[in-house]
Amino acid sequence: MVNLILYIALGFVGLALILTIIRFIIGRTNIDRVIALDVMTVSSIALIGMIAHLTNRVIYMDIALVYGLLSFIAVLIIARYYEKGL
Amino acid sequence: MRIKNTIVGFFLLLATWFLLNGKYDIVTLGIGILISLFISLIFCNKCEIFSEMNFSPKAILYFIVYVFVFLTELVKSNFDVARRVLTPSLPINPGIVEVETKLKSKLGRMILANSITLTPGTLTVKIENDKLFIHWINVVNTDIENATKDIAAKFEKYLKVIYG
Amino acid sequence: MNQTIEIIGAIVTLIGSLFLFLGALGLIRMPDVYNRIQAGTKATTLGTMLSLLGIGLIHLDWYGKIIVLIIFVLVSNPISSHVLAGAAHYIGIPLTRRTVIDKLSDKPMIRVQKENSNSETVLTDEKTGK
Repeated sequence: MVNLILYIALGFVGLALILTIIRFIIGRTNIDRVIALDVMTVSSIALIGMIAHLTNRVIYMDIALVYGLLSFIAVLIIARYYEKGL
Repeated sequence: MRIKNTIVGFFLLLATWFLLNGKYDIVTLGIGILISLFISLIFCNKCEIFSEMNFSPKAILYFIVYVFVFLTELVKSNFDVARRVLTPSLPINPGIVEVETKLKSKLGRMILANSITLTPGTLTVKIENDKLFIHWINVVNTDIENATKDIAAKFEKYLKVIYG
Repeated sequence: MNQTIEIIGAIVTLIGSLFLFLGALGLIRMPDVYNRIQAGTKATTLGTMLSLLGIGLIHLDWYGKIIVLIIFVLVSNPISSHVLAGAAHYIGIPLTRRTVIDKLSDKPMIRVQKENSNSETVLTDEKTGK
């Protein structure tokens, strides 16, 4: 029962990832692509949490934390590059 | 104020260490205290942001009330986004307005800007001293006083007590 | 009892994933960069928080990492969106044609930046307007 609901939730997150990839490709401006990347990462944190339940391994939570940290720093550096140069 | 920076940094690091480790035996405690002391002594001297925190009982009470106000606003803003996205005609009326804040401390301004970003239909674009430029998805008032009353006042009255 | 808490956790996770989906839909539907940032940030913050909270209700012994992750998402997500919106306005990405007022672009620094890339902004505005 729990796993069935979790698989449905996994499907919704997958749809969200597909939509963000569409925005990443059509873009129009580079800032749009960075936003798509940011939304993709934060959705992936939830996805990794669900996978951690389905495989029953707590180590995936650490992976989600490090992934979020790296993406946050990447977004900060890209925004700083656009405002001031490196 | 350097000593307060170090102490707050030490307890913050120690709490994070225990939450990430998940076990409470003597070896974990020893290693955690050692590492937290080391990092906080080296790096937390110049963290002026910690010395602006206020740990009086009134401030802690106001902080708890503030968290509840903030969480209800977050849920409201999500239903707002859902309604706007799912309506076929896309009901938006966007614009950038200016808001004035009375908060003096850096930490208070940062938390105010973060709260404004997560409340219904507003996004902080730029902070210049005590002026905040807000992208508002449904502009109601364009002058400073009324926009401040609509957007920032509900958080400011709590944050003024907590961070000054 | 234990079973009930697990099912409640799974339903909370499902609600969170629904909010994530709505945020991504807003990313596709909104007309300009700033509105996309608004839809993206709010929906993904609450969506990720609810998903992780649901996982925490299923596995009650993972609470430490879940609390750290929730606080991290809650603090970092608004900051990155604020920084991106500031950068977008600085390099002169135009707002949508339905915009009512723009008080920030009256600053001289921004105006110089806009005049330099004037032809490009007009071109992208043609594409953006529906």
